Amino acid sequence: MLQFSKWQVALVAAVVALGAIFAAPNLIPKEQLDRLPGFLPKGTINLGLDLRGGSYLLLGVDTDKVIADRLSGMRQEIQRAMRPSGGRERVALVSLPSVDLEMGTISLRVREPDQADEAARRVRDVTRTGVAFLTAPPYTVSVQGDLIEVRLTPEARRQYAAEALQDSIEVVRRRVDPAGNKEVSIQPQGADRIVIQAPGDNDPEELKRIVNRTGQLSFHRVDPTVSLADAEAGLLPPGRILVPFAASEGPGALVLYEEPEVTGDMVETASAGLNTDGAGFQINFSFDSRGARRFADYTREHVGELFAIVLDNEIISAPRIQTPIPGGQGRITGNFSPDEAARIATLIRSGALPAPLTTLEQRTVGPDLGADSVRAGTTALVIGFLAVIIYMVATYGRFGVYADMALLANVVLIAGALSLFGSTLTLPGIAGIVLTVGMAVDANVLIFERIREELVAGKGPVNAVETGYRKAWSAILDANVTTFLAALIMFQLGAGPVRGFAVTLATGVVTSVFTAFVLTRMFAGGYLLARRPATITI
Amino acid sequence: MPLKIIPDNTKIPFTKWRRLALAFSAALVAASIVAVMTLGLNFGVDFRGGVTIEVVDDQPIDIGRVRSTVSDLGLGNVKVQAIQDFAGSEEGVLVVVEQQRAEGGAEENEAAQQRASEEVQAALRGLLGEGIEFRKIEVVGPTVSGELIQRGAIAVMLAIGMMLIYIWFRFEWQFSLGAIVALVHDVIITLGMFAATRLEFNLSIIAAILTIVGYSMNDTVVVYDRVRENLRKYKKKPLPELLDLSINDTLSRTIMTSGTTLLALLSLYVLGGEVLRGFTFAMIWGIVIGTYSSIFVAAPFLTLTGVRREWGKAAAAAATP
Repeated sequence: MLQFSKWQVALVAAVVALGAIFAAPNLIPKEQLDRLPGFLPKGTINLGLDLRGGSYLLLGVDTDKVIADRLSGMRQEIQRAMRPSGGRERVALVSLPSVDLEMGTISLRVREPDQADEAARRVRDVTRTGVAFLTAPPYTVSVQGDLIEVRLTPEARRQYAAEALQDSIEVVRRRVDPAGNKEVSIQPQGADRIVIQAPGDNDPEELKRIVNRTGQLSFHRVDPTVSLADAEAGLLPPGRILVPFAASEGPGALVLYEEPEVTGDMVETASAGLNTDGAGFQINFSFDSRGARRFADYTREHVGELFAIVLDNEIISAPRIQTPIPGGQGRITGNFSPDEAARIATLIRSGALPAPLTTLEQRTVGPDLGADSVRAGTTALVIGFLAVIIYMVATYGRFGVYADMALLANVVLIAGALSLFGSTLTLPGIAGIVLTVGMAVDANVLIFERIREELVAGKGPVNAVETGYRKAWSAILDANVTTFLAALIMFQLGAGPVRGFAVTLATGVVTSVFTAFVLTRMFAGGYLLARRPATITI
Repeated sequence: MPLKIIPDNTKIPFTKWRRLALAFSAALVAASIVAVMTLGLNFGVDFRGGVTIEVVDDQPIDIGRVRSTVSDLGLGNVKVQAIQDFAGSEEGVLVVVEQQRAEGGAEENEAAQQRASEEVQAALRGLLGEGIEFRKIEVVGPTVSGELIQRGAIAVMLAIGMMLIYIWFRFEWQFSLGAIVALVHDVIITLGMFAATRLEFNLSIIAAILTIVGYSMNDTVVVYDRVRENLRKYKKKPLPELLDLSINDTLSRTIMTSGTTLLALLSLYVLGGEVLRGFTFAMIWGIVIGTYSSIFVAAPFLTLTGVRREWGKAAAAAATP
């Protein structure tokens, strides 16, 4: 067990050297690192947000609302399909089709049972248009007497929810990091969540203000014939809505036509700028060709009337149309602060979220606290390391030195592995390394105590050391597997910082078995076989 | 001459004290269960939900005024305390707001936490000026806090379960049972300590408990490994004597490893900063309890269940690589 062939020694040395090479970039300043030749590894350990400062936001996507929107849209289309058109006669229904969100169904009852088949045919047509991207039809249609039930399949439901999540991430990215040059990470988590991690001193409150708004923009015709008093009493004609002014526009509300003239998805660009003929700031925007045509038609036909620009169910501006606006260019004027104007421009540019986002969790660490933590963690690591090193040498003498060299190699290997895999080091992660330093020597303690026993039992040095290593293996294996299992569970179930701890702990377990069992054995074997000492003290 | 904390060939009759030790452990476990049941755990923001804000200023902060200002916001139970042992001339205050409850659905409830956070920040800015720095802001809504509790509990139970299976696989069922009794013992006493001391119980404490589970297992396994070896070696030795021999054989290793681990942890506790203090404290407690339990609970437990004395060739082969 103490004999190592040349290639074995070379292999072990290569592993440690590789660890050192991968760990090295962490010690070199960033600017110098960029100037090194390309074949050298440059990956460094990522510092977690708790160490570098920054914000972690967990957002929930309301996928139920997305599904509800889909279903109510489908219900409207089904209703429309029952009307007479192009030679088709009307299919009379007992009542409006009803939506059950929980079950994902739309049910309708025809008045004349013999029309049920015709109705079902029309429903099938409607549910199958424009769904080429799905492998199976998203809805199943079943007929039972006069009752037709349209059911959203579970696959389609998942698909729509997944699309909503993807779309939301895209929108959030366009809002938070429009130029794509920030170090912000935006990732899906599970089926309906988004994690935003923004390092540095990004203002978390500003971040939330910009992602928590749906950004639904629409242009509506104002209905001046309904009095506000009637509207507030709930006396609204069909197709009209009462919409309040945004806080910046002061109190009050207007009655609008529900159907928008132009919608936000027809806006191509938007930017904030100084108000060209007044105080404050305005938002300049331009429509795409479809929006421009609609806007031009509308403004030509309604000169002199008020119209309303609505963002997330609030009127942000209600100008009077002075002249037709044919060029597809427009501006939104209001009492905007520069920040609010910029924010609205970003919202319009990025498009609307498919569903509102809810902030479920926020964790922000200021850069100072992060720096304090790094300092404290590093100090603790160095002092803990020195204490263990001294303790080991004091207890085991020469063999303690071997264990200490293995320990040093272990820390280098952990750093190398974390850099290689681009893992994130958190404050609990540093604690994991410190703890590994304390626990890594356990394997050597097991071996050395065993060697002591064998020496006491009267074995010669070489024989005692060899037996010590062999007999200690089973305990070392069991002990490390149990710790590794614990780390594995932490990684699977843990959140954020706990995961960081699990990663370093698990890495440390693997590297420590190697350094403590192989590396020290090589040192001890080299010494014993070369010098053949008559006695050893351990 | 190398340092020897534990002399060679100790012959401490540990199993003779097993009744005393088991009674002591049982009393501790019972007390811990009572403490957890009656006092409950002092959940941190991770599990309780709500808002935690740490603010620092380079000028003295009047804690009383901060407390009255934040209390006047009408956010329910509010805790305001100075941040201890702060470096330099800065002063810091920790504000903890309980989980908010809002009318309406889940979304309103989540939004209410965010609003509370904004209100506290605005109030602190108003009181202390714009020059203050928010060192730490944590807002946890009811959905996430519920999930974190659940996942934490599952993680601890899963860890214990996996240990059980592993030991069963490597040893006999009696060992597996003994190891699990020792593990559960350690976890319950650690929870009891947190209930009694009112130290904050947060996500990192779950990590600490999982590590304690791993460590305590590690310690127990080393003793058991020796028990198994001695069972093969001394076929006729009475079990209590054999257990004593095994514990004494491994005693100096047990103390040595606990020693190095505690050295590293003490360094973390003293120098690692306040963020890690609760975590490190739990770990130190766990190492001490885990070491105690592998000597006084796990090994003597085998006298209650008995062990199989005939070790087949298969078992012997499995134990050596």
